[in-house]
Amino acid sequence: MTLLSADHMSGGYGGPDILFGCSIEVDQGEVVVIVGPNGAGKSTAMKAIFGMLHLSAGSIVLNGHDITAMPPQARVQLGMAFVPQTNNVFTSMTVEENLEMGAYLRRDDFRDSMEQVYDLFPILKEKRQQAAGELSGGQRQQLAVGRALMTEPTLLMLDEPTAGVSPIVMDELFDRILEIKQTRIGILMVEQNARQALEIADTGYVLVNGENRYTGTGQELLADPEVRSTFIGG
Amino acid sequence: MAYATDLLHAFLWTFNFLLLPAITYGSALALGALGVTLVFGILRFANFAHGDMMAFGAMVSLIGVELLNHFGIFTYPFPAGLLVLPVAMLVTALLAISLDKTVYGYYRRIKSPPVVLVMTSIGVMFLLNGVTRLIKGADLTPFNDRRIFAFDSVDPAALIDQLGKAAVQIKTDFSTQAKTVQVTEPEYVFFSVGAFKRATGLEEGFGLDLIQVIIIVLAVAIFLGLYWFLARTRSGKSMRAFSDNEDLALLSGIDPQRVVLITWIIAGSLAAIAGTMYGMDKGYKPFTYFQMLLPIFAATIVGGIGNPQGAIVGGYLVALTEIGITANYKKVANYALPDSWEVAGNLQLLGTEYKFSVSFLILIIVLLIRPTGIFKGKVL
Amino acid sequence: MKTFQRYWIVFGLLAALIVLTGFVQSWSIALSLLTVGLISAIITLGLNMQWGYAGLFNAGVMGFSAIGALACVLISMPWVTAAMLQTLDVMLADPATNATAIEKLQKDIPRRFLAEGQMLAAWLIGAASALVAWGANRVLRDRLPGGRRLLISLVILGIGLVMFTSRFDAATSVIESTGFADNSKYMGGLGLPILLAWIVGGFLAAGAAWLIARIALGLRSDYLAIATLGISEIVISVLKNEGWLSRGVLNVTGLPSPIPTATALQEVPYEMARDASLIVNKLLFIAIIMVFLVFFLWLAHRALQSPWGRMMRAIRDNEEAANAMGKDVVKRHREVFILGSFLLGVGGAMLATNVLQFEPGGYQPLRYTFLIWVMVIVGGSGNNLGSVVGGILIWFVWIQAEPIATGLFALLSAGLLPDGSELAQTLLDRAPQMRTLIMGVMLLVVLRLMPRGILPEELQRK
Repeated sequence: MTLLSADHMSGGYGGPDILFGCSIEVDQGEVVVIVGPNGAGKSTAMKAIFGMLHLSAGSIVLNGHDITAMPPQARVQLGMAFVPQTNNVFTSMTVEENLEMGAYLRRDDFRDSMEQVYDLFPILKEKRQQAAGELSGGQRQQLAVGRALMTEPTLLMLDEPTAGVSPIVMDELFDRILEIKQTRIGILMVEQNARQALEIADTGYVLVNGENRYTGTGQELLADPEVRSTFIGG
Repeated sequence: MAYATDLLHAFLWTFNFLLLPAITYGSALALGALGVTLVFGILRFANFAHGDMMAFGAMVSLIGVELLNHFGIFTYPFPAGLLVLPVAMLVTALLAISLDKTVYGYYRRIKSPPVVLVMTSIGVMFLLNGVTRLIKGADLTPFNDRRIFAFDSVDPAALIDQLGKAAVQIKTDFSTQAKTVQVTEPEYVFFSVGAFKRATGLEEGFGLDLIQVIIIVLAVAIFLGLYWFLARTRSGKSMRAFSDNEDLALLSGIDPQRVVLITWIIAGSLAAIAGTMYGMDKGYKPFTYFQMLLPIFAATIVGGIGNPQGAIVGGYLVALTEIGITANYKKVANYALPDSWEVAGNLQLLGTEYKFSVSFLILIIVLLIRPTGIFKGKVL
Repeated sequence: MKTFQRYWIVFGLLAALIVLTGFVQSWSIALSLLTVGLISAIITLGLNMQWGYAGLFNAGVMGFSAIGALACVLISMPWVTAAMLQTLDVMLADPATNATAIEKLQKDIPRRFLAEGQMLAAWLIGAASALVAWGANRVLRDRLPGGRRLLISLVILGIGLVMFTSRFDAATSVIESTGFADNSKYMGGLGLPILLAWIVGGFLAAGAAWLIARIALGLRSDYLAIATLGISEIVISVLKNEGWLSRGVLNVTGLPSPIPTATALQEVPYEMARDASLIVNKLLFIAIIMVFLVFFLWLAHRALQSPWGRMMRAIRDNEEAANAMGKDVVKRHREVFILGSFLLGVGGAMLATNVLQFEPGGYQPLRYTFLIWVMVIVGGSGNNLGSVVGGILIWFVWIQAEPIATGLFALLSAGLLPDGSELAQTLLDRAPQMRTLIMGVMLLVVLRLMPRGILPEELQRK
């Protein structure tokens, strides 16, 4: 079932366009990865899907709803969760409070969700009363993802989740992402570490200069010599 | 044994002239700083109009008390200012909200830099300055100022029963032969310095009146209440989140308009409380509240911007330092040191005229050495 | 050309206001308004440099101007002890009548000499102990941990402080209790011409700015505002309390005037009528101020057009980029801060000369610093002529708001309230408070509708 369909997006941050007719699709329980060289518009595409910039053309449909004109807060309420690359935790609040904030919009009892997050990221349970600012980089990323999961999303969007973390932490993070995938949440990820990301991807989109250049399964793209030469080497 | 008494004297002097005034003054500063730090942390600008908002709140309370008294209602021993305080809080909160809707909110919407908001707050400061002085004047007015009634509009006997003979005077105007009843409601004193000295036979003592106790109790109650609100309620946590990371808070679905509304309600209420309490203790004079702006900023920055615990600690710290550095320690030294080392002249680090300079000095030192303050607030 | 038109219209309106005041109230009042308006223009120009060119939020205008005004006292007032000597000489001509005065002078003058020597010694000791403490800190840096070094420094400073204070207090108690007539209770000055004092005042203020810039210029704008506000409060506190320096709250009156006073004009050889003398005196003063103002405007204009000015604006518009390009932003900011403060000092000196007295109690942040800020914003931040407009217009409104409000309230209460009612009287008493209200409304309206001010910056680039 198609969870998200972003069709022919064009737009920018108010100046010249950065995206030129870019299209992304995510199915339920699918891991979709967006890769590409620097400046290709990967983060921009994700921010466009989340509604953080104005599109001059294109449409975005989530779970059958046309959300093209909706502000980000409304998209959160429809099941979209976004984890920014930086500044993605409340550093002055405890781990547990961060998760509570994730569940801000929920009116039901979210303790089950919190237990699930703790099961997924045991280190967070250990440090639940500690201030988020005291966590290491990798732990913070886990908390950021956990906060997003507290919204009970249908689509989880991650902007370069492994930026600046060690390879071990990166592997661990990707393992977790695969666990999350088991719960039928759709996962859309922008990644700089293309090779590792494509290895776990069901679908990969290679963006160059704001356009879709190559699309395929993760394995297909990894095997494609053209794709490799475009940037995986560099 | 004599030395022990001397030490007791030294302690009593310190308590009466240093600690007690520092606690009452510090409570006003702490409450003021709480309001400023919330606005600083959530709305991200230095609100120069906060002092005059305190004056406004105090003014409303004063008018309320005058109104009660006008109808012959005297609430002694209970200070009437406390009774009308909720009204003052409401009015001041409404003022804060309407100021946001008409002035500050616009600049937030167009994402103006914080400096522009500060300029606007200076405009609001001028405005409130003029309004408070227009309505109630600029002179020092005690909350229990003398009230004058026509002779047949009140019952002097009942008033004397309630307030004591010293409080009620019947005067006859020489030329018109009109009789008036003049009432000055006393302040309830638990015991005076003199009474303490007489009772204990000591040379030093301290006094305690109801207003001082109320100030301390009320301040503590508010600190606890605010702490509970911020730490345990969903709304309070959402405000902390908003102050911590605005973008992420918006992403979490926190409604910015609601946060702003609650912030101004709290800031306005705190201003009213601080202003009224200080006014009940020292009398209402609008200029005093403007003067307090800088010690309040000092307290806010010393404690760490956006940090409520910091604001409280900062308030008391600034008050203690201000009073401590300008106090005349001659007596304490004479009590504590051997007799042969008697101090004849004054033992003051700085003259009392430099009281406000002290808090500015603290402020500047903190800004230079440790701008995040004691509790590592934000450096915006 | 729309630009020129705007300038003409605005200045024309200002002139009309002044002329109207002259006819309706009096020419003396109109010229007084214009004088202080022009001086305010100079002060606003200085602040505008700091804000408009460099984005520095200086909320300590009051302090810098007070320092400039202090120069008038330190440079142009006579040395009190010397004045006492002169008076003694004069008195000795007629010893019989002046016996008591002579006796007092003969007793006090040597005491003062001694006290002044003590004062000098006190400052030298203070400076020496600071130096020793600093030196000890440097020398011991490698030998002792920070805490112990600090302790040693504090002990040295403590000893120095005690030695300083004992001499200082002894000296000030003598100085502040001796003197003759108006030359009393303070040290006095060098007795040099007052126009020199204006320039020295500028340099003193600039010097203070240099010091403050070293300390506080790294702070973000609203922090800088709070810091500068605090510093200026400290400056004013010192001026109000150190009687030996400038008589504190007793004020120094009788500053020498650079032009003949009105009284002098009424006597030989001018022999003018009273009204005429007032007007001529004011016109002469305005002429001198205009010379300075025009010079400063020309200087500011040249500075703006110069490569330095362009760089300043580039830095203000995009500090990060400028930093990345290697421009020393902090140094440039410091330069602007110091330059602007020079003008603040000169303006302060002019204000004191205008009333021929130095009155530290009159420097209140609301009536001073913040009022100048309204002048900058309303006039047009970043525009030099805007500062002139702001200075004259806002000062005009500030002063005229009182009589206008009083008149309005009187009219209203005459129409609506019974005669002699308490409310009517209270309203009339409170009318002056409308000033701050009007100022507040003006600032808020301008910030909302004309945020660039009456003469926006863009105009002057054309």
